[in-house]
Amino acid sequence: MLRSLRQPLTDRRAERLLGTSAVAVVLIIVAMVVFIAIAAWPSFQHNGLAWFGSGGDVDKQLGDMIQATGADGRDAYQLRAWPLIYATALTTVLAVVIATISAVLAAIFIVELAPPRLRALVVPVVRLLAAVPSVIYGLIGILVLVPFVNDNLINEGQRESVAYVITPNGPGLLVAVLLLTLMITPIMIALIVDALSAVPRGWREGALALGVTRWRAIMSVSVRAIRPAIVAAAVLASARALGEAIMLSMVSGSKGFAPKPWDGILFLFEPLRPLAATIAEQSEGMQAPALKASVYAMALVLLLSSLMLSVGSSLIKRSLRLGTAR
Amino acid sequence: MSSAPTVAPSARPPAPGPRGRWERLRGELRLWRPLDLLGVAAAWAVGLLLIAVAGSLIVYMGVKGLQYINLDLLLSRPQTGSDQSQTGGILDPILGTLMIIFIATAIALPLAVGSAIWIVEYGRPRWLARVVESAIEVIAGAPSIVIAIFGLAIFQLPMMSWASFAAADGGGVFGRSFIAAGSVMSLIAVPSIFATTREALQSVPRHVREASYGLGKTRWATIRRVLLPTVRPDIATGTALGMGRIAGDTAIIVLLLGATLQLQSGSDIPGVGILQGTGSTLTSYVYNNSPTGEGNAPEKAYAAAFVLMLLIIGLNLLVSAIGRRRAGNDLPR
Repeated sequence: MLRSLRQPLTDRRAERLLGTSAVAVVLIIVAMVVFIAIAAWPSFQHNGLAWFGSGGDVDKQLGDMIQATGADGRDAYQLRAWPLIYATALTTVLAVVIATISAVLAAIFIVELAPPRLRALVVPVVRLLAAVPSVIYGLIGILVLVPFVNDNLINEGQRESVAYVITPNGPGLLVAVLLLTLMITPIMIALIVDALSAVPRGWREGALALGVTRWRAIMSVSVRAIRPAIVAAAVLASARALGEAIMLSMVSGSKGFAPKPWDGILFLFEPLRPLAATIAEQSEGMQAPALKASVYAMALVLLLSSLMLSVGSSLIKRSLRLGTAR
Repeated sequence: MSSAPTVAPSARPPAPGPRGRWERLRGELRLWRPLDLLGVAAAWAVGLLLIAVAGSLIVYMGVKGLQYINLDLLLSRPQTGSDQSQTGGILDPILGTLMIIFIATAIALPLAVGSAIWIVEYGRPRWLARVVESAIEVIAGAPSIVIAIFGLAIFQLPMMSWASFAAADGGGVFGRSFIAAGSVMSLIAVPSIFATTREALQSVPRHVREASYGLGKTRWATIRRVLLPTVRPDIATGTALGMGRIAGDTAIIVLLLGATLQLQSGSDIPGVGILQGTGSTLTSYVYNNSPTGEGNAPEKAYAAAFVLMLLIIGLNLLVSAIGRRRAGNDLPR
């Protein structure tokens, strides 16, 4: 029998062996979606579409779930997760918009404008920034930025005006968006720089020969040509920003509060807590069945959002590519 | 269309060559519209800001880390203590990080390389190949906290009680251990290894395979003896990238490793007991010692963060070194 093991595998056996590992990966993913959906179902069943709405203090609702003493009534599952969803959308959209603009400008700088010695300095720097784990950004945020914001940017009058609802003491929208942008920009820069360097030189030189200024040649030819890559980078970055749990739980204020833009400058300092950070923080109390279902429901929302993002990005990329005359 | 530019009537033409560079540049910029100048200024500003931020980050982490790190810290085990001087060192988190990297890579490598080979070399039925590629894209895009929650769901099933503590009286399965965290963490590394291996396999020219078949070797022998050695550097690159992501991931560790400072055995079986037990890694140590966790020991957090950064920089340098060595060794294609 040992000798038969040492003979070379026939092709069909090899194919089945390798195919098993491929199918195993698929099964793991399918199991992931199915498990999370099954565990999340009770929360949606009890709340219906109002799960996404607002009403009541979401922190209090989560706390009630932990303390519910077995009486599995309708009220035990109540959850209105709108503040969390709003916080997730707010931080993600703001961070991705700022990061896209910065990444395109930085990529133009790296590829077109930087003198060669500066470029040789910037490229390893960007690669290093992309590799820094998010927990280190969170550490810097909470030990450096948060005290700075607390001491210098919030004044007493503003603090008192909202003292009955929240206490803005540093962690909040500004620090969260700043750190999130810092985290996703290097990833986007790497992708956009690759795409920008792949634009054929002849295209830009043609534009320059027609008398266009250098900046306009870059913007109207190169940047326009890499629009699919910019979209892909933005989607990758937003998937990363959507799922960032640990860093945001450190610097975003940990309160299920929906920041109000009409509060003026105080809007930037109000605490919030995106979905992913909520999952990370509530993961200990998951013995209570109501809390378990709610946490899985949030995870399902995140999973489906990132799925929709990748599907949407491939659709946008396809339409952009069909639009350019290539 | 554009406004007529005003040229100073008495200007000499600027000197040719590098000496006249500034004058030529200034002359050209005077003709530009303000919006274009704003664009160039913005690009320069962002570029310099990037360098400044990265530089200050590195310098700050370096200074703070070197300030608090010493050999004693690296080699002693962490303990609970009310005072900073009693809380011990970071040996267990370092061991935890290394163990997680090892377990996760050991699981991810066969899965990812096997799938990549199957996709490139076989790949029938076609719909299955598309499904496999989409599945790996789903993992690549899924937030790590979602993968962690899924892992928790799986490992808290009664069927999986062998993987972690099981309460003696049949209470709920704890579900958190090195086995749990390592297996789930392997999903994080699979997309990078898969992508680099697949691209490398696809870029091996057809004539190499055809030569091997022409000499009478079976497909499997070709894969094993010809293709895999060729793409070994790319597999190594993907693995190093995956290891970097594993080392830096906190969400899965926080959810799936239990929050004990020291490595605790989960059962009495020697060796395997450590795998069934809980512990901490550098990332969860930093998280717990920052003001959000319980520890509130910023100095230890900085030291651990410094060690973590060194580890990740080391892995990145490994990736570049493999890339450079490969470029020198390649036969012309």
